[in-house]
Amino acid sequence: MAGLNLEPNIARPDDIYDRLVALHAGLDDTQSAVVNSKLVLLLANHIGDEAIIRQAIALARELGD
Amino acid sequence: MTALERIDGVPVWRAVGATPGPSVANEKAGVVIVGAGPVGLTMALDLARRGRPVTVLNQLAFVAAGSKAICFAKRTLDVWDRLDVGEKMVAKGVSWNVGKVFHGGSGEPIYTFDMLPVKHQKMPGFINLQQYHVEEILLEALAKFECVDLRWGHQVVGVEPRDDSATLQVRTDGGDYVIDADWVLACDGSRSPVRNMLGLDFQGRVFEDNFLIADIRLKDKRPAERWFWFDPPFNPGGSALLHQQPDDVMRLDFQLGWNVDREACVRPENVEPFVRGMLGDVAFEPEWYSVYTFQCRRMESFVHGRVVFAGDSAHLVSPFGARGCNGGVADVDNLGWKLDLVLAGQAPEGLIASFDYEAVVTADENILNSTRSTDFMTPKSGASQAFRSAVLDLARSHSFARPFVNSGRLSMAVAYPSSPLSTPDESDAVWAGVAPGAVALDAPVANGWLLEALAGGRFVLLHQDASLDVTEGITVLSLQAIGDPEGLVSARYDLQPGSAYLIRPDQYVAARWRRPTQALVEAALRKAMGKY
Repeated sequence: MAGLNLEPNIARPDDIYDRLVALHAGLDDTQSAVVNSKLVLLLANHIGDEAIIRQAIALARELGD
Repeated sequence: MTALERIDGVPVWRAVGATPGPSVANEKAGVVIVGAGPVGLTMALDLARRGRPVTVLNQLAFVAAGSKAICFAKRTLDVWDRLDVGEKMVAKGVSWNVGKVFHGGSGEPIYTFDMLPVKHQKMPGFINLQQYHVEEILLEALAKFECVDLRWGHQVVGVEPRDDSATLQVRTDGGDYVIDADWVLACDGSRSPVRNMLGLDFQGRVFEDNFLIADIRLKDKRPAERWFWFDPPFNPGGSALLHQQPDDVMRLDFQLGWNVDREACVRPENVEPFVRGMLGDVAFEPEWYSVYTFQCRRMESFVHGRVVFAGDSAHLVSPFGARGCNGGVADVDNLGWKLDLVLAGQAPEGLIASFDYEAVVTADENILNSTRSTDFMTPKSGASQAFRSAVLDLARSHSFARPFVNSGRLSMAVAYPSSPLSTPDESDAVWAGVAPGAVALDAPVANGWLLEALAGGRFVLLHQDASLDVTEGITVLSLQAIGDPEGLVSARYDLQPGSAYLIRPDQYVAARWRRPTQALVEAALRKAMGKY
């Protein structure tokens, strides 16, 4: 089934994690929220598939609570 | 501030004077329309053109001025054109198709949209026209019908519904009287006295925001476009909107926020800085200043026995998207032919239930879009604010972000894909074109426009070379007879030799076939008339 890929899919996870955190260096919470929003929009647009995006949105809230 | 006369606080465009009460204290009527705004008057005109006697009761004895509806969408213009007033509306109005959205102080739009992406149609994407001009054009058309009894200064003060009628108690300066009506159509606005007297629900959301409208007179040559600003220098943190109207009137709209002194906001010394901030150091005259808030609400059901609600009485939206008055015209477009068939005894009363279904679908789509626009314009949380900032920032340089910019998703015809009146396509048929439950798309024909050929107020069978016996109650139009000089009818309807469309009196598609037969057409017609 072509659903949201929940298996490890990034070759060098520490590098990406590091970049995600470093992205927010020197930003206050409001600025960070804007930057994160931009990132979400950029990736969501790249994915494009509404079903995949909806699945990710549902999972994000389920795991976050 | 303004030279307009006021009566009970309402600005007067044209005084008409109260209509004397009827000579009998107990009247009988077929259809009574409560309210003579654009929705009630359009309803009256549709029924009058079908030869139905209508009584219209209007509480005011004048045509009101003030800042009311101004944006009329293509679908509304198509409806008015069906009622033979569309050309007048367009001639008087300012036509526009393009909207531009600006962010901050930049003069370059971050997003531009076209409300008429499919060209070669009779009507423009939108016109701007003051509501009083709309009402005057409708009143002029109604004056030609002897079957229309329009009463000014007649206030409905009591409603008594019954299974097969409703009794209205009506107050005039000369005393009260009573009308027994087979049908009451409550087009009496957002504060609907009829709805309140019946104690009916009106559920929804109140939005905590205030907006200033400044209608001003100004000689200025700007493109006829809708301009919208997020966070402009003249209203930091807020939004602003500019529309052109006829008679050198411009509508300026400024988001003010929630905790404001509403009376102070409309004082000229407080409005002028906004106007000059937007337009520069111009000489202008105020026409009308007001502050509004808005709500998104609807009744659970628009049909209550023989009392039917249409327009703002049934549903309310924010003004961003022009879905208020246009939604109301959609209601009466949907209701007119159904009520006519029921009154003629040709359709069961259940056909009116399909109005409830289809008008609720329309209202829900309008409320959904209007709520989303409002949430974009007035973010309700930190995260919502962050997403909006992200979209507006990205939209400057990246086209992918521009479609997220929501300054109002403007009114378009709503489709009813699951309408009980529609017949699904043949299971093996492959179609582009216009699906059942969607509104007919205009296209040029030999002597005008397709929608003009579909304006007879009857069911139409539009076909290409189908050999069918004529079915009673249907006007048959062959592509060959109407002509398709540019091939656009064929293309827009995906017609092939033998194909046929059954189109309702309100120009919505009821059914279509690759292999039509008389039996299929008759079955679809029965279904579309509520005989299901």
